[in-house]
Amino acid sequence: MDPRLNIIDERLKDIKRIIAVSGGKGGIGKSSVASCLALALSKRGYKVGLLDMDFCGPSDHVILGIKEVYPEEEKGVIPPEIYGIKFMSIIYYAGDNPSPLRGNDISNALIEILSVTLWGDLDFLIIDMPPGIGDAILDVIRLIKKTEFLVVTTPSKVALETVKKVVKMLKELNIHIMGVIENMKTGESETKKEMEKMGIPFLGEIYYDKDFENSLGNIEKLQKTEFMRDIKNIINNF
Amino acid sequence: MHEWALAEAVVSTALDAVKGKKFKEVTELRIRMGELQQIEIEIFEFALKELIQNHEILKNAEIKIEKEEAVFRCNVCGNEWKFTKDKLTDEESESIHFIPEIVHTYMRCPKCNSPDFEVIKGRGVSLESIEVR
Ligand SMILES: Nc1ncnc2c1ncn2[C@@H]1O[C@H](COP(=O)(O)OP(=O)(O)O)[C@@H](O)[C@H]1O
Ligand SMILES: [Mg+2]
Ligand SMILES: [Zn+2]
Repeated sequence: MDPRLNIIDERLKDIKRIIAVSGGKGGIGKSSVASCLALALSKRGYKVGLLDMDFCGPSDHVILGIKEVYPEEEKGVIPPEIYGIKFMSIIYYAGDNPSPLRGNDISNALIEILSVTLWGDLDFLIIDMPPGIGDAILDVIRLIKKTEFLVVTTPSKVALETVKKVVKMLKELNIHIMGVIENMKTGESETKKEMEKMGIPFLGEIYYDKDFENSLGNIEKLQKTEFMRDIKNIINNF
Repeated sequence: MHEWALAEAVVSTALDAVKGKKFKEVTELRIRMGELQQIEIEIFEFALKELIQNHEILKNAEIKIEKEEAVFRCNVCGNEWKFTKDKLTDEESESIHFIPEIVHTYMRCPKCNSPDFEVIKGRGVSLESIEVR
């Protein structure tokens, strides 16, 4: 028997809401949304955790400018708290080196992290999901029963097509979908209409922000971006 | 010290396995310990012995821990080899202790240098059997 599977519920029991930021495609802003969401919620006074689950392309530490912090060990692994966010990532263990992991290894690494991390009391745990609608989403559904999915898309038809598949799959599995965020918006698009047709709440939009890239890694700049302003509007609906 | 966290997981699994069944008590917990995770056996065993005291049904269980050596198989060339810490720094070895899959970050097939290998034996902790009476 794998003893780790039994303890995961216990480790997550004092977390009120667990939100997986997902979307299928890469490069649509999942990590940006997850990181800024965690930051905005923390600034509002919530107790927040952030788990970067993209083991092959971890990004949240780059976006939030997190470096040279490590978890503490005390009958488990206690994530360091930065800007009020308890942050967990594979970077503590792999550093800047690539982690070439197959699906089964990714599952195992996730199970290991979930079974030893002591998050404590949290209002929100935000999970930054890797791209894809296979392993990662299935693992989160299997291992973290109370996950709600927050789906990110862009005005691109290509992104929307994939997001529709994610939504269909989650609905079929009876998984709670919080809603959809449309990122990198520039003008009119079909996203809101299409999603509402599928019965998915539209949580809001984030406009394309030309200054966003230059603000990555700098928390002061990040907080003044239009991206962040849009995120703050969105969390009013949480 | 995340040996404690793993010991808790074992206890929770054992409790779950005997829950609702009509046993007087658990007499033995047999645990297999994969070498790759490099668990401090003394700490782990100590943690287990402390933790079972909180549960009437587990209290008197004898703890048996068997070590299993770690073996890898390369997906590219088929080579099989055993784990050694020789080429790892302390930091690398510590990272593997936390997340054994990190071995793919720091180890390569000694024959063809590929990171694409499997841990076929000896990854981490597993609860092998529970004796009851
Ligand atoms: N609203 C936006 N405006 C401008 N750039 C954005 C916006 N959202 C994301 N980006 C940029 O897009 C790139 C990919 O974003 P990221 O969050 O890493 O996507 P994902 O996690 O989905 O792969 C990053 O360089 C980020 O700076
Ligand atoms: Mg990402
Ligand atoms: Zn090889």
